[in-house]
Amino acid sequence: MIVHHIQTASLICILSPLLGAAISGLAGKRIGNRASHTVAIVGLAISFAAAIYLFAQVVLYKVPVYNADLYLWGGSGRFSFHAGILVDSLTTVMVTTVTFVSLLVHVYSIGYMRGDPAYHRFFSYMSLFTFFMLVLVMGNNFLMLFFGWEGVGLVSYLLIGFWFERESAARGSMKAFIVNRVGDFGFILGIAVVLAYFGTLDYAQVFKQAPSLAGEIVDISGTQFSVITVMALLLFVGAMGKSAQIPLHVWLPESMEGPTPISALIHAATMVTAGVYMVARLSPLFEFSEVALSVVLVFGATGALFLGMLALVENDIKRVIAYSTMSQLGYMMAANGVSAFSAAIFHLMTHACFKALLFLAAGSVIVALHHQQDMRKMGGLRKYLPITYITFLIGALALAALPPFAGFYSKDAIIEVVKQANTPGATYAYYCLLIGAFVTSLYIFRAFFMTFHGEERMVDDQNEHKHGHGEIHESEYFILLPLVLLAIPSIFLGFMMVTPMLYSGQFSLLGSSIYVAPEFDFMTALVTHYDGPAYMALTAFMHPPFWLSVLGILMAWCFYVKYPYWATYTRKYMEIFYCVLKNKYGFDAFNDFFFVRGVRGISQFFYRIGDVKIIDDCMVNGTGRAISHMSAWVRKLQSGYLYHYVFVMILGLFAFLAWVLL
Amino acid sequence: MNFEIPNFALALPEIFVLTMACAILLIDLFIPKHAKTLTYLLAQITLLGAAILTFQQYGHPGSVTTFNGMFVLNNLAIVLKLFIYLSAFASFLYARSYLPKTKIPYGEYFVLGLFSVLGMMVIVSAHNFIVLFLGLELFSLPIYAMVALRRDEGICVEAAIKYFVTGAIATGTLLYGLSMLYGATGSMDITRVSEVIMQSSLSDELILVFGLVFAVVGMVFKLGAVPFHMWVPDVYEGAPTPVVLFLGTTAKIAALGLLFRLLVDGLQPLSVQWQDLLIIVAVLSMALGNLAAIVQSNIKRMLAYSSIAHMGYMALGLVTATPQGYGAALFYMITYAIMTLGAFGVVAIMNNAGCEASKVSDLRGLNSRNPWLALMMLLVMFSMAGIPPIVGFMAKLSILEALIGVHLVWLAAIALFFAVIGAYYYIRVVKVMYFEEPEDATPIKYPVDMQIAISLSGVGLLVLGIVPGALFTLCQAVFGATPY
Amino acid sequence: MLQNYLPILIFIAIAIVISVVPLLAGLILGPRRPDVAKNSPYECGFEAFSDARMPFDVRFYLVAILFIIFDLETAFLFPWAVSLREIGSFGFYAMMVFLGILIVGFIYEWKRGALEWE
Repeated sequence: MIVHHIQTASLICILSPLLGAAISGLAGKRIGNRASHTVAIVGLAISFAAAIYLFAQVVLYKVPVYNADLYLWGGSGRFSFHAGILVDSLTTVMVTTVTFVSLLVHVYSIGYMRGDPAYHRFFSYMSLFTFFMLVLVMGNNFLMLFFGWEGVGLVSYLLIGFWFERESAARGSMKAFIVNRVGDFGFILGIAVVLAYFGTLDYAQVFKQAPSLAGEIVDISGTQFSVITVMALLLFVGAMGKSAQIPLHVWLPESMEGPTPISALIHAATMVTAGVYMVARLSPLFEFSEVALSVVLVFGATGALFLGMLALVENDIKRVIAYSTMSQLGYMMAANGVSAFSAAIFHLMTHACFKALLFLAAGSVIVALHHQQDMRKMGGLRKYLPITYITFLIGALALAALPPFAGFYSKDAIIEVVKQANTPGATYAYYCLLIGAFVTSLYIFRAFFMTFHGEERMVDDQNEHKHGHGEIHESEYFILLPLVLLAIPSIFLGFMMVTPMLYSGQFSLLGSSIYVAPEFDFMTALVTHYDGPAYMALTAFMHPPFWLSVLGILMAWCFYVKYPYWATYTRKYMEIFYCVLKNKYGFDAFNDFFFVRGVRGISQFFYRIGDVKIIDDCMVNGTGRAISHMSAWVRKLQSGYLYHYVFVMILGLFAFLAWVLL
Repeated sequence: MNFEIPNFALALPEIFVLTMACAILLIDLFIPKHAKTLTYLLAQITLLGAAILTFQQYGHPGSVTTFNGMFVLNNLAIVLKLFIYLSAFASFLYARSYLPKTKIPYGEYFVLGLFSVLGMMVIVSAHNFIVLFLGLELFSLPIYAMVALRRDEGICVEAAIKYFVTGAIATGTLLYGLSMLYGATGSMDITRVSEVIMQSSLSDELILVFGLVFAVVGMVFKLGAVPFHMWVPDVYEGAPTPVVLFLGTTAKIAALGLLFRLLVDGLQPLSVQWQDLLIIVAVLSMALGNLAAIVQSNIKRMLAYSSIAHMGYMALGLVTATPQGYGAALFYMITYAIMTLGAFGVVAIMNNAGCEASKVSDLRGLNSRNPWLALMMLLVMFSMAGIPPIVGFMAKLSILEALIGVHLVWLAAIALFFAVIGAYYYIRVVKVMYFEEPEDATPIKYPVDMQIAISLSGVGLLVLGIVPGALFTLCQAVFGATPY
Repeated sequence: MLQNYLPILIFIAIAIVISVVPLLAGLILGPRRPDVAKNSPYECGFEAFSDARMPFDVRFYLVAILFIIFDLETAFLFPWAVSLREIGSFGFYAMMVFLGILIVGFIYEWKRGALEWE
């Protein structure tokens, strides 16, 4: 019985956002804005309710894992591809997070998008995105994963370019799409390798066979590789693209051209964490390859530090948070790298709440300032936007990982477990993450102080949007409600969930969904030192991350509130570092030079010589010319005279006779 | 002489059609002018009734003969007959409101059509040279008359005369060929002929081969394939559109039935010889049909050359001389008939609405004049060009598969090459419809029955393309079940 | 032996008589008013010796075709009549069907006015 309920609930959960998207998208013009957002939000609310039900069933009542194929999607030779659903603890955690954030962002968008000419389209896209994301996390095989993966990528592209009349938005969406294509290429290859070696795309069957393939070796152009390593690394390339890891991170800052709710939902809370989810979901594969884990760890940790540092010199409030997102994704990946998948997912959860909160609060600021995103033109907003101020502060504290906020529990656990780990590269990663903690609190409080404290630097724009300071007022109810609702889990989620998520040993919440090889089981070592969340918060000052975070906040306060001239002073003396950071380590320039211009050059060559000369002129038009000559000739045969016709017939008859006889 | 009462039940559809055709002929004489629709209705009822009667006969594997072995009934005959009714039904349907507007005698079209259908039924069920020939005559003569139905139009009469004279020669050739076959084997019975040739290893004998060549010439003429194709463009252009519909669909299916009966049933032992002939016919047809179609500005002529090319592809299925190839040929022919119904249906609809539709350029901007009609034409054109997922692709694919199955890869390559050339003029029609401005932007209106018919052919092509399984299996089973 | 052929001899004699008597009777009893048309070898409305490609009324053609149809029907009836005993009632009904169809055609051409000259 319960199995039926689980299936029904899952289907409702997945399909109701799709239905909402279809109605508000197709009939949006007819039913009006109000009805379209109502439909979309009701769809999401139903989905969220179903998600809660699933979470309760799986986590509280411990129903067995539900894994079933719904229907045969297609088959080819010995392969068959099903559409199926997998409901286990990992799924329910993800589904609940996704639907929760999505629901709040939907509500927020009522306020944020008010008056936009494509209002209903926006809601339709968001619901559609949620549908794809749910498919991604609920599928029971690589095909569904891939379907959702591409689907969220598509909707992300559409939403980044939502205001496509702005050139920067159109370019940003193109960039996101193209960079993701690079990642997806690796991802497809990875799936292909899985299919080639396992003969199936079903998770359960793949994982069952994974141990037997552990020793398998493949020969690629003379070099020996472990099959699992190749597989895992290719899949990780996909995760790099989607989860904005170095070096495929370049699209995420550009994606901030999309509306802010999108940045909160897609580019902070859900889609970009798909890579983290994927690695955790495929833990039974990654665990058999130390190389792959090590690569994940090093790339993650590097991103956590160096991408975070970029936020220090950024002045666009949304981009600061975007770099912060990349940095936090780096933390999650690093956790995956040391096989602390539960810590990664835990951080994913808390991050989804406080990062969505930060984005939405930033959006509230942006709306209040009539779409001004430059922090240099803000300041002292504390007294105009009190609720936004408090919620942003909560988000910032959670991000800076101060106890007892949510981020503290997840991030501290990651840093601790990396410290314990002996995966190759763990020491490097530990120092990266440690310094990253300092950088994190520095940049986020830099943004915080620049926005809400200090002198008011709002200047009237040159355009007709004249507004005095008195016009700045707190945003409307629809915008504030999600802020408050997100602030609550940003404070308490860590405290509440840390024990079941991380420190319950084999009974931990994600226990059955992920696999940790005994030799990589560093989390268990931490369990022995664990005495409950309150104790953890109180003893935080015994660990360096806490002091680094506090130091970061203090520094930000000094530089941007107390002694603002320090900032200018430092910049003058640290010119080189500033330049390097301002140029984002030259990734964009490098890509632009090598890939964009290189490819353009080669394309031009092929276009001029290959396409125009050889294919168009010689082959296509040449064939065309030849054929039209022949056609004209053939046409002359049809003279219209009856005796010609008969003559041809007789000729044909004789030709046949001759053919048969000779 | 032992004489027995034949089993009439097997020929029940033929008897029904004959009775009804005679009755309709008389009824049409005595009803007043304004009640002429009755003739149309009765003709359609006849086809429906025949379809029901024929359908009930379906199912028994193997062949049953009656009338002293002159008449044969098997699943192949039943399938062919059913599709003959279907295409005739559609042709009649387009004729209903078309004929009165063009002053074509109303009743005659339907009665002649029914008699021709009767001839076709006789052909596909013939098991004896005499019956075969009788059927052929009964099938051809009404069509000659139908082409000439618009007696006052010069182009129409010219087409009819050309068709009649060349047709008479072709029929003569076929008859001559049959007589030589009879002379060589001493039998008129198709199975008996086949047995005699096989047993006596006569296959090299000159008279037999001569007979074969003459017979093949006669049959290829009916298909309208090169080099016996000269009548096709003129007749397609000159004849009234409903007649072309009939001629281009129903008659082609019957001609394929003729080939099956004579070549496959009767002269299978000579397949080495006729394979060669059909290869020549197929290659020439594909080449000439596609090349000549490119330069046509008249849409009916273009479709005529396209039909020549399609007959070439269809003949490739026979070339394989395997049941799989025959099945592919049958599948191709049926789908081609549906495509032709669609293409000429659009022409008929435009004529019916009082719009000029003789030039390809008359289709300009069809999309803005009637989007649905343009969409249907697009499906038909894509299907003819063989673009997936429309059924034309599946039909070509099955032909190519059959060819590769007998290691005639070079033929498959030639077929592909000409298919690519052919795509040009089909897609040009699409371009004209969608990307050019209409000269006369008045919307096109057409009656409900035509709407249904054109939608069925267009959507049918798409549906058959996506789920071709049932029809394809049927076409194959028809040959798998009969002992070849 | 030879007397078996006597009926044939009688048959020939009767045939000669029947063919000669009318000719003689016409020669003796009939009035004689010869003109050009009557003296020409065939009396069919055309010049006996002229261009073969002269136009003629298409209605002749129609009459000729109708004539052929019913003429051939007669040719079919003779063998049927001879073998009727053997083919029995089935043969009888078959011919009735044939004639029926022929009558349908006849009614059609009559009603359509094919038999009227004008």
